[in-house]
Amino acid sequence: MSSSLTQSDKRGVAGDRVFSALTVTAGVIILLTLTFVVLFLAANSRGAVYQEDQGGWIVGAFFDYAYPLVIGTLIASLIALLLAAPVAVGVALYISHYAPPRWSKSIGYVIDLLAAIPSVVYGAWGMSFLGPELIPVYNWLHENLGFIPFFAGDPSQTGRTIFTAGIVLGVMILPIITSVCREIFIQTPKLHEEAALALGATRWEMIKMSVFPFARAGIISGIMLGLGRALGETMAVALVLSPGMLTASLISNGNSTIPAEIALGFPEAPPGSERQAQLIAIGLVLFVITLLVNMTARWIVNRHKEFSGAN
Amino acid sequence: MSKRVDAVDLNVYYGDFLAVEGINMSIDARAVTAFIGPSGCGKTTFLRSLNRMHEVLPGARVKGELLLDGENIYDPGVDPVTVRTQVGMVFQRPNPFPTMSLRENVLAGYKLNGARLSKSESDDIVESALSSANLWAEVKDRLDRPGSGLSGGQQQRLCIARTIAVKPDVILMDEPCSALDPISTLAIEDLIGELQRDYTVIIVTHNMQQAARVSQKTAFFNIAGTGKPGKLIEYDDTTAIFNTPKEKSTEDYVSGRFG
Repeated sequence: MSSSLTQSDKRGVAGDRVFSALTVTAGVIILLTLTFVVLFLAANSRGAVYQEDQGGWIVGAFFDYAYPLVIGTLIASLIALLLAAPVAVGVALYISHYAPPRWSKSIGYVIDLLAAIPSVVYGAWGMSFLGPELIPVYNWLHENLGFIPFFAGDPSQTGRTIFTAGIVLGVMILPIITSVCREIFIQTPKLHEEAALALGATRWEMIKMSVFPFARAGIISGIMLGLGRALGETMAVALVLSPGMLTASLISNGNSTIPAEIALGFPEAPPGSERQAQLIAIGLVLFVITLLVNMTARWIVNRHKEFSGAN
Repeated sequence: MSKRVDAVDLNVYYGDFLAVEGINMSIDARAVTAFIGPSGCGKTTFLRSLNRMHEVLPGARVKGELLLDGENIYDPGVDPVTVRTQVGMVFQRPNPFPTMSLRENVLAGYKLNGARLSKSESDDIVESALSSANLWAEVKDRLDRPGSGLSGGQQQRLCIARTIAVKPDVILMDEPCSALDPISTLAIEDLIGELQRDYTVIIVTHNMQQAARVSQKTAFFNIAGTGKPGKLIEYDDTTAIFNTPKEKSTEDYVSGRFG
């Protein structure tokens, strides 16, 4: 035998190096892009918090401008989540555990098709169809539940309210949450499902005992993905909502979201003006909110790692 | 609490495929019965039809009667969920619920039955089930830890504890030791010997020494060829099956001259 331990497969080693260099480059590019986005946003938003001719720092003025938009964004996203998350989990469960096997695939495709509809179509639908249809509902809510602050205020006569926007967003994020949940539900180990069934669990009890605990992290990630989309969605909200001042009432005209504000305001803001800086700064705020949402999601997912079944 | 099991002309299907054909046998209460036979001969399929776990798979169904102390578990009025609370099952691979603590795992069956247990009642159940499964001494200080932190053999004994906690009439075991090391296997075999005092135990095994060690009666299953249904070839006292089998194929199989 002529081979010795010091010899090695030269081509294999070269391939290994090339591949590892490629993956490192890809990773670095992502970090660089992120850094530049943050730097760009930070540098260009300086004008929103500091103006020489207004006596220096104007953080208070920017805060007054920003907080209604932040709250509006959160309200619209929250409505969307509250509507979409339970429906999405239910649909995903139906597809994975209840529907007859030959139907479940086609139902899955239909749900995925919902995700393929461009957001401008959702916006147009919300503005010209859903909004007007909801006017009687808003009137009814106001008359019968007007003592709740959400339904106080004059109901909108165009239906283009933050509530309508929330519903449209809900429909938009439904397929995202559904398909993430479905994938996770399908992966539940048969072993654990059968453990529950063999103990005398009904189908629903089996789902509570083995499917949900296994899928917990996945459901949260799905919801957070949906939330990310809802927070950043521009076109649909810009079309549906007729923006205005912050108001507690969800059924009146008013309220706005950060992406809609940027989309509507940016074309009219002169380059280099305080207004443009303001819009970029509010974009930075949205970036931070989204980051916080994702970090919270990770924290929730990691909290019970030991019991997650991953070990 | 232990019941006898009788199969009467039992056929088991996967869709149109007849997997097990014409089983007639009587399984004694308070005894260990072993099913042996080559892979694919239908012994696991038949075992799973004894607690209606077979029909969990799409298209799977059963024809014939299966009597639990004279009551047909395939009667149209019978709820499979009820059957499974009376006929417990231990699987090939240990499958404690990973998101539950040891304690919650043992009490899982009670939780399903909707029983409201006081702290002391549930403490008693956990201790007696884990003691019966010879696991109490090893885990009594970490009952609130996840079940997945145990070794494979301990996990399997935890699954047995979970099964016997609800006091079933029959315990089915589908190759319970095939994923375990010899020492854990020995622990499970000792345990099976003790369980037989209170339960009807039916065990599928590939290990013929194991069948000879733990069971009083043994059933040998075989198939004529691929795509053919599995059949019960011979069913007798374990000593008879291993020493004086009546059928040629049984003798070939137990003496290792198979195939």
